Amino acid sequence: MTAEFAGNQVVIEALYLIASVLFILSLKWMSSPTSARHGIWAGEAGMLLAICGTLLHHGIIDYRLIAIALVLGTIIGIPLGRVAMTAVPQRTALSHAFGALCVTLVGSAEFYLRTPDISRFMMSVLSIEVILGGLTFTGSLMAAGKLQEILPQRPLTYKGQNLVNFLLLAVALGIAVFLVMHPGARNLFPFMILIALAFGVLLIIPIGGADMPTVISLLNAYAGLSAAAMGFVLDSKLLIIAGALDGSSGLILSIIMSKAMNRSFTNVLFGAFGQVQTSAAAGQEERAVRSATAEEAAAILSAANKVIVVPGYGMAVAQAQHKVRELYDGLTKRGVDVRFAIHPVAGRMPGHMNVLLAEADIPYDRLVEMDEINGDFPATDVALVIGANDVTNPAARSDTTSPIYGMPILDVDKAHTVMVIKRSMNPGFAGIDNPLYYLDNTLMLFGDAKAFVGSIVRELSGGHG
Amino acid sequence: MSSSSNLIDALFIFVLAGFIGFEVIRRVSPLLHTPLMSLTNALDAIAVVGAIVLVGEHKSSLSAALGFIAVIAATSNIVGGFLITDRMLRMFKSSRPAPKP
Repeated sequence: MTAEFAGNQVVIEALYLIASVLFILSLKWMSSPTSARHGIWAGEAGMLLAICGTLLHHGIIDYRLIAIALVLGTIIGIPLGRVAMTAVPQRTALSHAFGALCVTLVGSAEFYLRTPDISRFMMSVLSIEVILGGLTFTGSLMAAGKLQEILPQRPLTYKGQNLVNFLLLAVALGIAVFLVMHPGARNLFPFMILIALAFGVLLIIPIGGADMPTVISLLNAYAGLSAAAMGFVLDSKLLIIAGALDGSSGLILSIIMSKAMNRSFTNVLFGAFGQVQTSAAAGQEERAVRSATAEEAAAILSAANKVIVVPGYGMAVAQAQHKVRELYDGLTKRGVDVRFAIHPVAGRMPGHMNVLLAEADIPYDRLVEMDEINGDFPATDVALVIGANDVTNPAARSDTTSPIYGMPILDVDKAHTVMVIKRSMNPGFAGIDNPLYYLDNTLMLFGDAKAFVGSIVRELSGGHG
Repeated sequence: MSSSSNLIDALFIFVLAGFIGFEVIRRVSPLLHTPLMSLTNALDAIAVVGAIVLVGEHKSSLSAALGFIAVIAATSNIVGGFLITDRMLRMFKSSRPAPKP
């Protein structure tokens, strides 16, 4: 019996080891689009081996319930894997929520199974697991709600907001410390969870849509760290490794995103853009802008040699990516060199614009990162801005009083001609006025992004045939 | 094995895995940051192994019930995460002609 048990254990650990290696390879292969799909296969193989290994676990007596849960999870998972590409940010937030839910539930179950005979270290890690998991669960649900526009995207702020949040977190941590000292006080555990859940909601309420790329990345890091904590509790090396990989991925993305906005994490989480918004919007002044029609825009574009398109969240909202593809085709056919400048925080999550443009069949070697393309704007005939605002605002370079001063931007104003497709002169999401629109070399193209790009495409093909 | 050496082992693994994660993920092209996030999300759902044991061991009704929901949540992440990552990566095409299979 013991020999069989030990033999099983060796097989399980071996499978977990192979799975860990496959997970690391999976991420390694994500380094380039050509090898990335191998990465998925490695990840899937690792997952399959790990689950098979777990089913060999000697203590498992009930396979029926496991099977039902696996089937139900698959039934929910398939539609979540088939959502439209425009819904990917909210789907991602939702999956952070599911991951955190799993961790929190397992942590809670372990608490009731193990207490009161639990070491202080174990109780500390378990507290970290469920607090992080709980706040990530509700926080991600809130983020998903905001991205799906079930909840208002505008930041909701009130006086003393940060104080309330800090106090809540302090109470949750206080309960955690008390439980570490007195693990028998099981009645306190639900309160710790409830406070973590409430904290997650309150943490995301003041965060606006423009900060979502950073917030989603941070929630990703939290989900990973809570899973790693769960690995400590269950003494599962595989889980520690997967959690550490996910946590470092989320952390790296958060760092990239916050650098691209020139803001610290604390500033993103606690320095709501809300106050900025009202003051900047009030100071709007009447200045002259030049506007153009689709016909004029088409003429300028077809006379150009080099065009750089700058997509932003507005392109995603208007679902204009397929019309943009037609524009790309039309111009390329005329020998115009068309590239796309991608700002790291354009859109609502890291890499959002790349996925939308790839969906519209625009080749990925035409999508260029900010640092690589910024030097090319002075030699560019036309910079066409579609639904992007703050990431093109020259005030970030020069105006020390601007709320976005210091944020790295795409230097579109250095192109010979700048064309901006925009619904109206209303300030953008963050409510910051954009001096780009008043420059002599800027033409405003007023209208819905999808419709306007469509009419440029019609003008181009009309002029051609 | 004493629990303190277990703890030290676990810390070693955590730190080293985090280090590998940083080194590997730093090299991921910004082009693929969205699929990267959905892939790590699917991999993170390996937490399902802890939930499966809870359900299978059935030590208490509460632990089995919580584990049951946890397995559902994690499995949906595994299935959905791999599916959507695959869909996204299939969309990324180069303008250079792909080598004929």
